[in-house]
Amino acid sequence: MAQLERERSEPRNPSAMEELSRDPSDRKRFLRMVGGAGAAGAFSIFLAACGDDEKDSAGTTDKAAPAAGSTAGDLKIVNYALTLEYIEADFYEKVAGSGLFRGKDLALIRSIGENENDHVTALAATAKKLGGTPAPRPKTTFPLEDARSVLQLAATVENLGAAAYLGQAGRIQNKEVLAAALSIHTVEARHASALNFLTQQNVTPDGAFAKPASMEEVLPKVKPFLVS
Amino acid sequence: MTNTKAAVPELGAVEIHGLTRGSFILKGALAAGTVYGAATVGPFVRQAMAQEGMGDVEIVNFALTLEYLETAFYESAPTGLSARAATLAKRFGQEEATHVDALTAAVRQLGGTPAPKPRFVFPRGDARAFLKLAQTLEDTGVSAYNGAAPAIQSKEVLGSAGAIVQVEARHAAAIRLLNGQPPAPLAFDQALDTAAVQQAVKPFIRS
Repeated sequence: MAQLERERSEPRNPSAMEELSRDPSDRKRFLRMVGGAGAAGAFSIFLAACGDDEKDSAGTTDKAAPAAGSTAGDLKIVNYALTLEYIEADFYEKVAGSGLFRGKDLALIRSIGENENDHVTALAATAKKLGGTPAPRPKTTFPLEDARSVLQLAATVENLGAAAYLGQAGRIQNKEVLAAALSIHTVEARHASALNFLTQQNVTPDGAFAKPASMEEVLPKVKPFLVS
Repeated sequence: MTNTKAAVPELGAVEIHGLTRGSFILKGALAAGTVYGAATVGPFVRQAMAQEGMGDVEIVNFALTLEYLETAFYESAPTGLSARAATLAKRFGQEEATHVDALTAAVRQLGGTPAPKPRFVFPRGDARAFLKLAQTLEDTGVSAYNGAAPAIQSKEVLGSAGAIVQVEARHAAAIRLLNGQPPAPLAFDQALDTAAVQQAVKPFIRS
């Protein structure tokens, strides 16, 4: 968190900002959330210094695309996903400790929470592999009043998470990062389906084709869970 | 994690009659599931089946063949399903049919010829056997899409594949709950592996 405070005052990366949001306060908050513009700026300098040495492990990246741009873009997406996973992992940890659940429901909540923790670990490692700094763990808050509303909230969060991954699939350049994102995407979809099932909702609410959500669409929806 | 060692002999009982590359690969995929268990058909997100040199048309035609299989499977639903299972099976079957239509159109848009519908024969069984096979087919479908997707060139096709595989994963999780199984047994869904498919399909090749 100290890192967050420090980065707040540093200059921001204009290209990243353009893509993220048009609302300056959301944008600023979001950039802090996904690792801060200071980190992104430093990373650009690092890439410039590395020049052509930057290795793409998949080896199939479009040669016409600037390598630095695609890796920076992937890193931003990975840190975005990492932040969402942190929020989910925190959520299930708090829910599991709330005393609202027992038996089968508690077991499911714990197993979903374990999945999210595994995603956090994998995405943090991926951010490092891309030469970046993993986004810091945000502070979260959730309304945990009764079992019914908490399960409903879990369903909402998971459906949003699945849509968020789907929204990034076409933007990821590195094939290995894409494969990893896809393997997480369908697990989020499984969580969403299971929670919809348990809350007596349609397990395929979008019908035959799931709808994606952009960063701009996801951001305002997770804002209420973040403590600034 | 509880199911990773389970073999899935029921996959071996599914017959696919067709001579297209899509149906050949699908036979291999199911055979791989039979040999290794659906959750072990490939290492973590590697070795997409598309590494065999499939272009977008071939990948979409493979997906189309898979969706034909799933559509035909849900049409074969037995009587005796619980009300909730019957409702889901009907809806899932309709969604698979919608995937067939969309993928057929996608192949044409890419300038290819859509794979013909193969003939399928499913083992006859009760509601319990049907739901067990449904779970395996849906889990395999997720792995097949996740394995092939990274090799897709067209962003548009990739987006459609993503929109479809999310629905397959949702089907898989719901069927798993009906079966009393964990809906997301692994933190990372696995991708089908070319080597495993090829090895598994060997005994079935008489060319």
